[in-house]
Amino acid sequence: MMLPPSASPGLASALNKRGVALLAVLALVLVALPWFASSYVLSLAIVILYFAYTGQAWNVMMGFCGQLSLGHSLYVGVGGYAAAALFVHFGIGPWLGVWAAMGACMAFGAVIGALAFRFGIGGVYFALLTIAFAEFTRIGFDHWEWLGASGGFFLPVAQREFNDPFNLRGSGRMFYYLLLALDVLAFAFCTWLLRTRIGYYWQAIREDPEAAQALGVNTFRYKMLAVLISSAMTSLAGVFFAFYYNNLFPEQIFNMGRSIEIILGPIIGGLGTLFGPILGAAMLTVLADGITEALRMVGLEIPGVKQVFYGLCLLAVVIYLPQGIWPALAKRLGIGPRDGHRQ
Amino acid sequence: MSEAALLSIRSVSRRFRGLSAVDNVSFDVPPGHIVALIGPNGAGKTTLFNLVSGALTPDSGDIVFAGRSIAGFRPDQVCAAGIGRTFQLVKPFAGLSVLDNVLVGALHHTTRVASARQKALAILERLSLADRCHVPAAALTLPDRKRLEVARALATEPKLLLLDEVMAGLRPTETDQMVEVFRRLNREQGLTILLIEHVMRAVMALSREIHVLNHGELIASGAPEDVVRNPHVLECYLGEESAV
Amino acid sequence: MTFDLVANVVIAGFLTGLVYGLMALGLSVIFGVVRVVNFAHGEMMTIAMFAAVALFSAWGIDPFVALVPIAVAFFVLGYLLQASLINPFITRPEHSQFMLLVAVAIIIVNALLMAFGPNARNVQVDYQLESIELGPLLIDVARLYAALTAVVTAAGLFAFFRFSLLGKAIRACADNHLGAQVVGLDVKRLYALTFGLGSVCVAVAGCMMVLLVDVNPLLGPYYTLLAFVIVIVGGMGSMGGALLGGVLIGMSEAVAGLFITPSAKSMVSFALLVVVLIFRPQGLLGRSPR
Repeated sequence: MMLPPSASPGLASALNKRGVALLAVLALVLVALPWFASSYVLSLAIVILYFAYTGQAWNVMMGFCGQLSLGHSLYVGVGGYAAAALFVHFGIGPWLGVWAAMGACMAFGAVIGALAFRFGIGGVYFALLTIAFAEFTRIGFDHWEWLGASGGFFLPVAQREFNDPFNLRGSGRMFYYLLLALDVLAFAFCTWLLRTRIGYYWQAIREDPEAAQALGVNTFRYKMLAVLISSAMTSLAGVFFAFYYNNLFPEQIFNMGRSIEIILGPIIGGLGTLFGPILGAAMLTVLADGITEALRMVGLEIPGVKQVFYGLCLLAVVIYLPQGIWPALAKRLGIGPRDGHRQ
Repeated sequence: MSEAALLSIRSVSRRFRGLSAVDNVSFDVPPGHIVALIGPNGAGKTTLFNLVSGALTPDSGDIVFAGRSIAGFRPDQVCAAGIGRTFQLVKPFAGLSVLDNVLVGALHHTTRVASARQKALAILERLSLADRCHVPAAALTLPDRKRLEVARALATEPKLLLLDEVMAGLRPTETDQMVEVFRRLNREQGLTILLIEHVMRAVMALSREIHVLNHGELIASGAPEDVVRNPHVLECYLGEESAV
Repeated sequence: MTFDLVANVVIAGFLTGLVYGLMALGLSVIFGVVRVVNFAHGEMMTIAMFAAVALFSAWGIDPFVALVPIAVAFFVLGYLLQASLINPFITRPEHSQFMLLVAVAIIIVNALLMAFGPNARNVQVDYQLESIELGPLLIDVARLYAALTAVVTAAGLFAFFRFSLLGKAIRACADNHLGAQVVGLDVKRLYALTFGLGSVCVAVAGCMMVLLVDVNPLLGPYYTLLAFVIVIVGGMGSMGGALLGGVLIGMSEAVAGLFITPSAKSMVSFALLVVVLIFRPQGLLGRSPR
């Protein structure tokens, strides 16, 4: 795609002093948010954090390693259903169920990766393959009675008064902090990954797989690794989704629209960067919600407006700001990297 | 007394849909030598490189490197065996900095990123690119990209370096600089080099032996002075009249 | 499960498949020449379908008649889309183009949703209820005529590319972009022309499709995927392959709908996609890679 910026070694050089200060303020706001925000703002923040997380997970595969997956909703769905099934059918709590979720998703990812990379399927064909798998799974789950089929799979209705973090039953506040922690961990993990040999090899593969091979990079192994890590990370989002919303419908969760929603944040924010997915998710969610609210105040409730807005944003970014918004913004605000590193 | 060859190309052939790109080519590259491969465009030189580096598999014949057959190896396995290569049309990691480009190469043997980075910087120094180490590779001029390509391949610590037309597009002074770099690497580290080259200035300055390819076949081999006077060689470059 | 039933279902699938094939032909032409991955292909078809519905419900115009103005409009729109929006992206990496068209697709689907709402619409003409009897077989008249129209349109496109000067120029561009420019062909204009022609295929296919199924805005992504599956199975860049792929998919979907369940019919198409990508990535009629 458009040339993603170079990964520089670590957070410290990704932002200059001003940037770090800004980040500290942001961190403070995020931690304190549930205490002064209304429940509406809280739920909005949860949506932002959710898409920031899934965007980060997807970014590992595409932004870092250059493998375009347009069927990432597959992992959200499989992860969610796996953990939910264990909880509802066997009484196994989500903290154990999460391992099954990751395992199941990694299995799916392994199959897709093995098929694609063994047979040299890349680029657009790979993207189509991922879409096909997601759709295939959607239809499959639509007919899987044990998991509710198309009628949906439901977790016991949660009370929101007191928190039971062991079973992930509780208030919005609990879910918020959980998701925030997940986001922070994902961010730290991705920052670390980029600085390792794996991270550099991924970027080499993204830039020029043939040249990477000539330098001794086993492209099959590293592409598989990217898929496995990305799918495992995404599965956690699925688990969260299942326990927060308490219902799963194949038509919704495996939907291709969901896959597209996942990728909008990172692309608009900045592919391959660390802050891109978060920025993109925040901007899109806030603006989209703003539009919906504004329309509602005028008395209009039009389905599809939000998505048209997403489409226009994507169009604008693809045409005018192919690097995403984060690089341009960082420069503008003067919080970008030192030494001319690009992050 | 003949030394055991570092690279031994034995009766290698490769066809593309009926067209013989490389036809029963055999020659050796002794360790520590600089050997040139020349020939008109389309003679099969880059195809031969691709066969050695693992980008293509020979239809017949064998390629033996340091006593081991490497025919059919994947490119990354060939690199692990100790062969580095550059590409005729340079392939930099455009979105990465110059330093990061070479770092990827250095990571082959040095798995710790910090040490690999030191190594990469040292190599960039040798190739006079250290002052631009943070510049994105996409912003380099062609001569610098060629040097980057060489630096990157060197970072994998090869025993044999395959250079594919690295002098093309360089001015005479730049060519001389490159020649000097290779001479030093050959002298100080014993790096064996097999180069495809059209720039005769570099070929004559560097190589100990020259092999000439035409229409996929090896038509002449020998010391530079002899090869350039060989009538067959002149004929394939300049046409039949020149051989008279 | 009588033989008659299966035979009728297969024939219906075959005929529908020809319409699918025309849609996929448009994609194949666009990708084969302009090398653009038109991810908004199915969405464009949905626009055509809605246009036919609108013309029918407003003025009672039969889709077979409506296809003329709609095809012309689509030619113009396709031409303009390529010339203005897509052309700068030809030199950009595949992912970039993909994203551009994904954005266009999103906008189209949801604009249609805003305009027409989520409910299914269709066209009701009397001949939809008629059928022809051929021994034990019962063939829907509407389906037959739709298939025939698709074949005629495809044949027209074949002839254009084979025999006309413009068609040959376009094929030259497809074979060798740089070479075409060197001999003085106006590549940009030819690309726009090709996109226009591909859009015409979509327009006609859409008008025909609306006689066979109900349309709703969310059908777009499904048709896009279907078009890609057909083109990959039949062979990227092969015009005959698009029709062959369409027929195969049409028949397999029909049979799957009969023997498994209707909602599972596209599973077969996806399975076929995976199989083809693994064992014969150039598709059935595509050119074999070196």
